[in-house]
Amino acid sequence: MNIVVCVKQVPDTATERKLRSDDSTLDRSANGVINELCEYAVEDALKLKEAYGGEVTVLTMGPDQATDAIRKALAMGADKAVHLSDEALHGSDALSTSYALSQALKKIGFDVVILGSESTDARTGMLAAMLAERLGVPQLTLASKIEVDGSAISIHRQTDYGYDKVEATLPAVVSVVEKPDPFKPRYPSFKGIMAAKKKPIEKIGIADAEIDPAQIGLAAAWSVVSDFTAAPPRGKGVVVNDEGDGGTQAAEFLVSKKFI
Amino acid sequence: MAEILVLVEQIDGEIKKVTLELLTLARTLGEPSAVWAGPGYTDVAKARLSEYGAEKIYVADSADIADYLVAPKAELLASLVGSRSPAAVLVASTTEGKEVAGRLAIKTDSGVITDAVGVAEGFVAEQPVFGGGVVVHSKVAKGTPIIALRPNSTQPVATAGAGTEEKVDVALTDAARAARVVERVKEKSSSRPELTEAAIVVSGGRGVGADFSIIEQLADSLGAAVGASRAVTDSGWYPHEFQVGQTGKTVAPQLYIAAGISGAIQHRAGMQTAKTIVVINKDGQAPIWEIADFGVVGDLHKVLPQLIDEITKRK
Repeated sequence: MNIVVCVKQVPDTATERKLRSDDSTLDRSANGVINELCEYAVEDALKLKEAYGGEVTVLTMGPDQATDAIRKALAMGADKAVHLSDEALHGSDALSTSYALSQALKKIGFDVVILGSESTDARTGMLAAMLAERLGVPQLTLASKIEVDGSAISIHRQTDYGYDKVEATLPAVVSVVEKPDPFKPRYPSFKGIMAAKKKPIEKIGIADAEIDPAQIGLAAAWSVVSDFTAAPPRGKGVVVNDEGDGGTQAAEFLVSKKFI
Repeated sequence: MAEILVLVEQIDGEIKKVTLELLTLARTLGEPSAVWAGPGYTDVAKARLSEYGAEKIYVADSADIADYLVAPKAELLASLVGSRSPAAVLVASTTEGKEVAGRLAIKTDSGVITDAVGVAEGFVAEQPVFGGGVVVHSKVAKGTPIIALRPNSTQPVATAGAGTEEKVDVALTDAARAARVVERVKEKSSSRPELTEAAIVVSGGRGVGADFSIIEQLADSLGAAVGASRAVTDSGWYPHEFQVGQTGKTVAPQLYIAAGISGAIQHRAGMQTAKTIVVINKDGQAPIWEIADFGVVGDLHKVLPQLIDEITKRK
């Protein structure tokens, strides 16, 4: 099975995340890490390979420093990587990004594309659905469980009430949600980290993936930011120590705010 | 007045509160037309949508729309955008709503904005980003504005609309029938409000322990939804769909009660735009206190039972 896992490098949530004052795009100078849910996507990709054979290719789109996210995925056990990097991609919105990635995916070829269900920076949660739309293949998103049987694939799609069982035929685009142990992403072993250094990372630009420059970057964006400001800080709250009447005091606060 | 399409969110024919919020907002922007996608349309649904201002109701109630994942709804909306040329399309910024919006944007070559909490004249959308730390105003530059709005961002207000029905037949393409929903498994009783829609959320963290009944009791005494921190869902103490935070749900209720939650940045990213935040925690130094409007430093296993008693007494 030819498995492609899309990963994204994002600013660490623990650092102060900012938009750039010049063009309102994400400030990527902050400490970059692999997006958390992408690690689940890598884990699920590796599990599929272990169960059904094949190869796991990592695909990322982003500037040069996004190599860190690729190395992490390779250290976890992915076989090789493709890094789509081009100045012209700077400022691409979800429509442009889905277009550029779909072009790269057509070039790489795939039976299954796996993604995390959203990134911690933009959090649009749309990319997997948009890739399915662009590639004309089934959308199997928000998966907490993936099963493959020949060319048939089914998932448990997480819902507010439990899950939906959804079936389709390969090739398909799958997005995954966070899961408890024992389904958490594996830690790269020392051997894995050393091996990752020798694994091939193919760098491609927009011409290699036959990406139309008119469809990408800030100039092509389908939406524009008019302004942004820091949210006002919350006011200082009232804190009491429980001297045996903490619950009563909390109830009185809720009454004062008309919640009771 | 310009027509604004509003995609109705419903489960088994029951309209979700966020749809009424979208209709209320749509009235400030133009004439709302509700779009019903899937089976379950009844006179009750019609009355509810009209009550909140739907001038028109497009009804596409074939079973196919619900039997296949997301794509049929995007096809339905794309065909309406093509034939009616609305001024904008509003959907709920839920996981599915955003997926529909994304596919619709590609189909109609239109810009899309997600997680909006408001839309002003000229379809300028307001979005909190980075967990609410930054507020962005943005606008769609191409095509028909497609805007996904977070639940709880508008107070629903009833104002009657004509509610003129129009049947819509969509001939779904094969591509829209690619992912088939074969079973819907309901794991939890639906007596509590849905997490992202609830006006009050009671969340528990590591400090609660594996037995979540005290959190559920407090939630039920307030008519609230139950949430959980990642420490809890990671341990398998409570299902992942109840996780509040960066890798779970984002909530913005009127009241958020955090019990036994230390308030890591990843958790705060999912709840710090709540209007009022109440904290109960043993550790007076935990980061959650930075955003508390009111809090009790103490053992939640002592404080919460007393709080539940007081609430029950005062009702």
